[in-house]
Amino acid sequence: MAMLEVQDLHVAFPRGKRDEVEALRGVNLHLEKGERLGVVGESGAGKSMLAFAILNLIADPGRVSGGRVMFHGENLLDLSERGIRGIRGNRISMIFQDPMVTLNPVLTIGTQMIETLKAHRKISDAEARKLCIERLKQVAIPSAESRMDAYPHELSGGLRQRVVIAIALLTDPELIIADEPTTALDVTIQAEIMALILKLCRENDVALILITHDLGVVAEVTERIMIMYAGLCVEEGRTQDIINAPRHPYTAGLLKALPQKAGRGQRLYQIPGSMPPITALPPGCAYNPRCEFAADRCRATIPPLAGGVACFHPLQEEEAAS
Amino acid sequence: MHILAFLIRRAVQALVVMFVISIIGFSIQDNLGDPLRELVGQSVSEAEREALRDELGLNDPFLVQYARFLGNAVQGDLGTSYFFKRPAIDVILDKFPATFELVLGAVFIFVSVSIPAGIYCAIHRDSWLTRIIMTGSIVGISIPVFLTAIFMVWLFGVELGWLPAFGRGDTVTLPWGWDTGFLTWDGISHLILPSITLSSIMLPLFIRLIRAEMLEAMGTDYVRFARAKGLSTWRVRYVHAFRNTLLPVVTVGGLMIGTLIAYTILTETVFQWPGMGFLFLEAVNRVDTPLIIAYIIVVGLIFVVVNTLVDFIYTLINPMVKLPGAKG
Repeated sequence: MAMLEVQDLHVAFPRGKRDEVEALRGVNLHLEKGERLGVVGESGAGKSMLAFAILNLIADPGRVSGGRVMFHGENLLDLSERGIRGIRGNRISMIFQDPMVTLNPVLTIGTQMIETLKAHRKISDAEARKLCIERLKQVAIPSAESRMDAYPHELSGGLRQRVVIAIALLTDPELIIADEPTTALDVTIQAEIMALILKLCRENDVALILITHDLGVVAEVTERIMIMYAGLCVEEGRTQDIINAPRHPYTAGLLKALPQKAGRGQRLYQIPGSMPPITALPPGCAYNPRCEFAADRCRATIPPLAGGVACFHPLQEEEAAS
Repeated sequence: MHILAFLIRRAVQALVVMFVISIIGFSIQDNLGDPLRELVGQSVSEAEREALRDELGLNDPFLVQYARFLGNAVQGDLGTSYFFKRPAIDVILDKFPATFELVLGAVFIFVSVSIPAGIYCAIHRDSWLTRIIMTGSIVGISIPVFLTAIFMVWLFGVELGWLPAFGRGDTVTLPWGWDTGFLTWDGISHLILPSITLSSIMLPLFIRLIRAEMLEAMGTDYVRFARAKGLSTWRVRYVHAFRNTLLPVVTVGGLMIGTLIAYTILTETVFQWPGMGFLFLEAVNRVDTPLIIAYIIVVGLIFVVVNTLVDFIYTLINPMVKLPGAKG
């Protein structure tokens, strides 16, 4: 049994009085203990929605409208509020995108760390503080003791994200869901933070779901990749296989669009058009208006995910290489 | 050390503000009418009036009068009330406890109502109670305070006869000369209607402000992160979200306390509440110039003190604002 098994997950938002639109349209995902999965897609593809839905944290007025999130064989969506709170921040932690707004501006770092521990463990203040300082040291925060009494605005963005990582690690979780953990940071710090997350996950045998739009990062950090487009998974498989031989035209387009693929002085490639909003999806494969291989069938039926790709005309290896 | 620097700075600012208030307050005295007419009867001859004017210094040039006033004021003497024939400051301070307790009652009511109501409306956005509160608050904002006051007197005082709507009731004099109505049931029952009336000017605004701020806080990433950490709903709402709504609430609340003092004039008049506001209106009717000026100065001082206090509290609850003059 996989540690985490997401089955046919749907998330819907109300449109008008009666109608709903789906932001996730039936996503499957499985993750083994200690495994690192990259979830890649454009903004609005539903990546973050997937992350929040796993912990049943979809904000009003959205809701999980179908599917199951099996964690060690238990459906997280069926748990009581108290039950799911015991999972959140304890066995499954999250790292958010922008450390400038993730930490509460009016509470000290120490308060925000200790409250997490106290929510999940019977632990004295002194012990909790000791453990927090230890974790801050693990994420390489200089003068960790004094940082405990600092407020978030007194720390740089990079340091704040380290604090967030330290909070995520506090309770020795089995899984960390990192939602674009480096996007909001300076380019120079991005690599450092990513390396830190990778190192800590490896050392502590923590599984990772890394949500990003950066295929380059995913290639370095993860073992498997899931590509999302307009609320669906369009391709998934081992990272190496997908990077070397993408089969969905969208994945191929993303890879081609990596800046390092273009030669010096060459124009950067971009996929024509843009992803349709979830309120105006075309019939059939959502990618068909942008796809050079689209046929009548693609415009009529949604291709099912089969053999790791949801496409009626998957690319063959030689095509992808070209 | 930096608190001392802050206080000194604010004290200097307060002095400047008080100086300006004193000029404005003093310069209106010539526009209030002839104090002599109120001071003496019809039978006094014009020559006697002129002599009395000289004696009171009313014929001196403005600057001379002002300098004399300022010199006395610095020593705590704001002139002698024409009507009461006592130092104006003493007359006002006698009435201060009544107004202070009225404002305190109003603040107590609006804090204990607006915070729970605002939070409730933010959390239960679509409940029927929220709709009633929100609609009611619009109505409340639109009704002028004297109308509320008269309505309260009519309904609870006259028609239903539940509560007294006139005066302060029984008061107890505390050892340091403070008359309090808090210690007798009669005093408290007299306080209820005027307090509700006075709080009604701020209440609707505050419910809406707290609701809006709370809604905003509930949608922030740090509240989402707090939930993702597995914290209890209570902690997420009150420690993470509500603490952040306090900043704007304290700011607006501080400014509104000034408004509250201004509205005590109306409230006290309708309820015949023996406070400073009621006294002020009487003083205006009697052209009791020294008393009017003293009232303006005292209220100005209260404003300055309250605003300084609000600034100080603000720095305590917002870690991002350092007291000016503090290092780092």
